[in-house]
Amino acid sequence: MSAPSGEKLPLLKDGPLALEGLARGLRTLDDMLVRCMRCGFCQAACPVYLATMREADVARGKLALVENLAFGLSRDPDAVNDRLHRCLLCGSCEKNCPSGVRITDVFILARSLTASYLGLGPLKRLVFRQILPRPRLFETLARVARFFQRPFLRPAGGDPRTFSVPLLRPVLGERRVPRLAADPPPGEESLRIPRAARGLPRAAFFPGCVPDKIFPGIVRASLKVLARHGAGFFIPRERVCCGLPLLSAGDREGFLRLVKRNLRAFREEKFDYLVTPCASCASAVRVYWPRFSAYFAGEDLKSLLFLAENAYDATSFLTRVLKADFPPSPKDPALPRVVYHDPCHLRKSLGVFEEPRIILKSLPGHLYREAPGAERCCGNGGSFNLAHYDLSFQIARRKRADLISVSPRVAATTCPACMLQLMDVFSREGDAVEVRHVIELYADSM
Amino acid sequence: MTLSPSLVRDFQKLLGRENVFTEREDLLSYAFDGAVLPPRAPSIVLMPPSVELLGEALRRAYEGGLALTARGAGTNLSGATIPEPGDSAVILTGKLNRILEINQNDLYAVCEPGVVTADLFRKAAETGLFYPPDPGSMEVSTLGGNVALNAGGLRGLKYGVTKDYLMGLEFFDWRGRLIKSGSRTVKCVSGYNLPGLMTASEGTLGVFSRLILKLLPAPSRTLSMTAVYNNVAEAAESVAGIIAGRVLPATLEFMDQKCLKAVEAASKIGLPTEAAAMLLIEVDGFYDEQVRGDAEKIRLICRKNGALAVDLPESQTERDRIWEARRGTLPALARLRPSVVLEDATVPRSRVPEMLEAVGRLALKHRLEVGTFGHAGDGNLHPTILCDRRDPKEFKRVEEMVDGIFEAALKLDGTLSGEHGIGVAKAKWMEKETNRATIEFSLALRGALDPSGLFNFGKKVV
Ligand SMILES: Cc1cc2nc3c(=O)[nH]c(=O)nc-3n(C[C@H](O)[C@H](O)[C@H](O)COP(=O)(O)OP(=O)(O)OC[C@H]3O[C@@H](n4cnc5c(N)ncnc54)[C@H](O)[C@@H]3O)c2cc1C
Ligand code: SF4
Ligand code: SF4
Repeated sequence: MSAPSGEKLPLLKDGPLALEGLARGLRTLDDMLVRCMRCGFCQAACPVYLATMREADVARGKLALVENLAFGLSRDPDAVNDRLHRCLLCGSCEKNCPSGVRITDVFILARSLTASYLGLGPLKRLVFRQILPRPRLFETLARVARFFQRPFLRPAGGDPRTFSVPLLRPVLGERRVPRLAADPPPGEESLRIPRAARGLPRAAFFPGCVPDKIFPGIVRASLKVLARHGAGFFIPRERVCCGLPLLSAGDREGFLRLVKRNLRAFREEKFDYLVTPCASCASAVRVYWPRFSAYFAGEDLKSLLFLAENAYDATSFLTRVLKADFPPSPKDPALPRVVYHDPCHLRKSLGVFEEPRIILKSLPGHLYREAPGAERCCGNGGSFNLAHYDLSFQIARRKRADLISVSPRVAATTCPACMLQLMDVFSREGDAVEVRHVIELYADSM
Repeated sequence: MTLSPSLVRDFQKLLGRENVFTEREDLLSYAFDGAVLPPRAPSIVLMPPSVELLGEALRRAYEGGLALTARGAGTNLSGATIPEPGDSAVILTGKLNRILEINQNDLYAVCEPGVVTADLFRKAAETGLFYPPDPGSMEVSTLGGNVALNAGGLRGLKYGVTKDYLMGLEFFDWRGRLIKSGSRTVKCVSGYNLPGLMTASEGTLGVFSRLILKLLPAPSRTLSMTAVYNNVAEAAESVAGIIAGRVLPATLEFMDQKCLKAVEAASKIGLPTEAAAMLLIEVDGFYDEQVRGDAEKIRLICRKNGALAVDLPESQTERDRIWEARRGTLPALARLRPSVVLEDATVPRSRVPEMLEAVGRLALKHRLEVGTFGHAGDGNLHPTILCDRRDPKEFKRVEEMVDGIFEAALKLDGTLSGEHGIGVAKAKWMEKETNRATIEFSLALRGALDPSGLFNFGKKVV
C-alpha cells in the first residue's frame, strides 16, 4: 500500500467568491497547472475521453480550461464547472501522466473554488450540510426509505437481486438497483469485540455509508472475518460519511466539517488500525484527508495523521497486518468462475491490487479468472453517475464486456459503489452474474 | 466570431448536434497541441462520425470559407494543429477509428485515419505481424497524424519511418471529392505518387479518410544491450562505427549524462550516472545465430571506440529495465522543471558528434539546462530544454537557443526537423534550409490543390 501522501494542498479561504476572487484562487494552483506539457498521453487512459473523444473531457483539456479561467481567457465559470464535473476523479490519467501532474488534486480544488463562486444548490446543501453530518437523522431517513421501498421496486429480469424503479424514473432513469438492506444487518452482539486475541491488534471498524445503508451483508461479513481472525474491534458510534462525495462535489467546507466530526468519533476508544470494507473510504482517510492537513491543528491533526497512517481496506488488513495465510485452492475447472474488478480508489489511489486476488484465489468453492482490463474504471464515480448517467452507463458497458469475456458466475470487487454500477449493467444487459464483495465471498467460505 | 448561424445549423443537421462544438469552453480545448506555443481557439469544431460525412462536412466548410485544420490526437510538437486566425474549423478524426482489415496473406492493414498507432500495432501482433513505426506518442497518436507528419520512432534505423509503410491512401480534396491513390499491391506505378505527396503534408493538401499500411512478419528474436562511455564523442564515434560496420540494429538510442541522472533519480534502476553517455541498442531477427552474431559485432565496435562497458542483459526483466529507462527519459526530464521544449533537428549520422558539441556550447552560452537523448542511429537527436514558460526572460533565451540549434543543424547539412514537423514553429526557417524557388514551387502546388488557401494555411510553407 502506498504511503500516505505527503503532498499537502494549499490553504484556501472559506466563503463565497466573486469572479476575480475565483480567478485569484485558481491561480494558487498555477505551480501544479504549469507542469502539464500538453503531451496528450492522458487520452489513452481516460474512460470519459474514450467514450466521447472530446478534448474537453480529458485531463489535458480540463487543465487548460482551469488555466484559462485563472488567467482570464475564459470568464464563464459555469461552463468550466460543467466540464470539470464530466470526470470520474478515477485517477487513471494521473497514473499515466509522464509529467507527474497532480491532476485529481487540481480538479478537486478547482471544483471547490467554482462551487464557492456558483453555490452548491439546495439539494446538495441539504444532503451535505444537514443529513450527512447527523448520523441518527441519516439512519432514520434510511429506515423510512427501507420501509416504503417495496411498492416502488419491480423485478427486472437478469440478476434476481436487482430491480427497476418505474415510479422514480424521473430521478433514477433506467437504473437497476438492489433492494436497500436486503441482507440482514449484523446482530447486536457481534458489533464489538473489546479485546483482541493475544498479540493481535484492535481495529476501529468504519463500515462506509453504502454498506451501512444498502449492503449490510458486507458489514456482517467483515465483522465475522475480523472476529474469526482474532482481531478486536469496535464501531465508532458518532462516525459520519468520510466526506469524499462532498469533496468531489466541490463542498470543501462541508468535507472538512465531516472529517472533523469523524476525528472526534474515532477518539471514543483506543485502537491500532482503522479498517473499512469500502475502497473509497480507505482512500479518503489515507490519501485525501492528509492532503488537507493544513486545515487542522492540535488533537485533530494528531488523529488525522494517525488515521492516515493506519487506515486499511479490509483485504490488505487481513493480508498485511494480520498476516493471515491464504494458500491457493486447487484449480478445479468445474467450479463456478469468479472474476475481480479493481476499484480505482484501491488500485490507483492506494496501490492495492494483489491482496484481493490472493483471497479470491484461495476460495475453495470458486475458480479465479483474471479479466482483461481489470484495472479499468467502471464509470460509477459517485456523483458522476447521478449527473451523467448515459455516459456512466456507456463506460460500464465496456467494463461489462471485459468481465464477461471470461464467463464468470460471480464478479467480485472491494468497493460498494462499483458493486452498484456492476449490478446495474449486468441487470440491464441480462447477464446472470452475481456481484459480491470479496469479503462476503471469503466470509461465506469460512 | 462571424461564422453564420445557418452554416452552424447545417453542420448540426449533417453530423448531429453532439458532433458539432461551438461553445467557447469547448473551442478553447482545441486551441493548443503538444507544442509550447500561444493558443488560438477555432470558430467551430466538427467531429464527423463517419468517413462519408467527413467528406461532406469538409466540402461545406470549404465552401463556407472556413480555414480548416484536421486534428488527430493533437500530440504534434510543432503547432501543426493550432487553428488558423479568422473563421476557422477544426475537423476531428476521433470517431473514425476502425481498423477495417488486417490482411494476413498480402501483409497489409486498411485503417481509418483516427486509429491509434498502438492499437494497430497490437492488432497486427495478434496474428504474428508487425507494424514497426513507433513514435514515443504511439499510445495516443493517430495514424492520420503519423502520415501527415511522417512520424518516426525508435525503430527507424532498420525499419524506416511511416512513409516506408504507406502503400496507399484515400483523401478528400478541397471540393470534398474522394481521391484514391496507391494500392494494395507491393508495386504500383498508376498515376503520380500521391501517397508520397501526402506524406508529411501537415494537413495542407487534403484530409485523409483511409490508409493502406504495410505489415511485416514479426521478428522472433531480439537482443538488447547497453554501452557506457566516459565522453560523448566516443559514443558518437561508436554510432558511426556501427553503421559503417554494416550491422543494422533495430534501435540505436543515445542518452547523455543529464538524462541518465534524471531517470536514475526518478526510478532508481541502477543506471551509470557517472558516465557521460550511454547507448541503448537492440538487434532483432529470426535466427539466434544471426542475432547473436550482430550483437557480438556491435560489442566489438563499441569497445574499439572506447566504451567502458558493454552489457548484454540475459533476463527479460533486465531488458525491460533498459527500455523503461529510455521511455522514461522525457518524463524524468519533464519533472525537473515546469516546462520542456523538445527539439528535433537532424543531421547526417556522421555529423552527430559535431551536433552534440554544438548543443553543449549553445546550452552554456544561453545559460540553459539541456538534456539530450534520441535516435542517434538516425542522426535524429532531441535536445530537451528545461525551463519555465512563465518566465519571459528565460523563455527568450530558450527561443534564441532553438534558433541556434537550427542554425547548427543546417550548417552540418542537416534538416530542421526529423520527425516532429514544421508546423507554425519552424515555417519561417524553411527557406533557409532550401531556397526561394523551392518555397515558390511548393506554394504553387498548394495553390492548385487549395485554391482558396484554407487548408492549414499558416503551416509548413508560408
Ligand atoms: C511526448 C511526445 C513524444 C513524441 N515522440 C515522437 C516520436 O518519437 N516520433 C515522432 O515522429 N513524433 C513524436 N511525437 C510527435 C507526435 O506525436 C507525432 O507527430 C504524431 O504523428 C502526431 O499524431 P497526432 O494524431 O497527434 O496528430 P495531430 O497532432 O493531431 O496532427 C498532426 C498533423 O497531422 C494533420 N492530420 C491529422 N489527421 C489528419 C488527416 N486525417 N488528414 C490530413 N491531415 C491530418 C494535422 O493537420 C497536423 O498537421 C511525440 C510527441 C510527444 C508529445
Ligand atoms: S499526460 Fe499529463 S502532462 Fe500530458 S497532457 Fe495529460 S496531464 Fe498534461
Ligand atoms: S480522473 Fe479519470 S475521468 Fe477524470 S480526467 Fe482523469 S482519467 Fe478522465
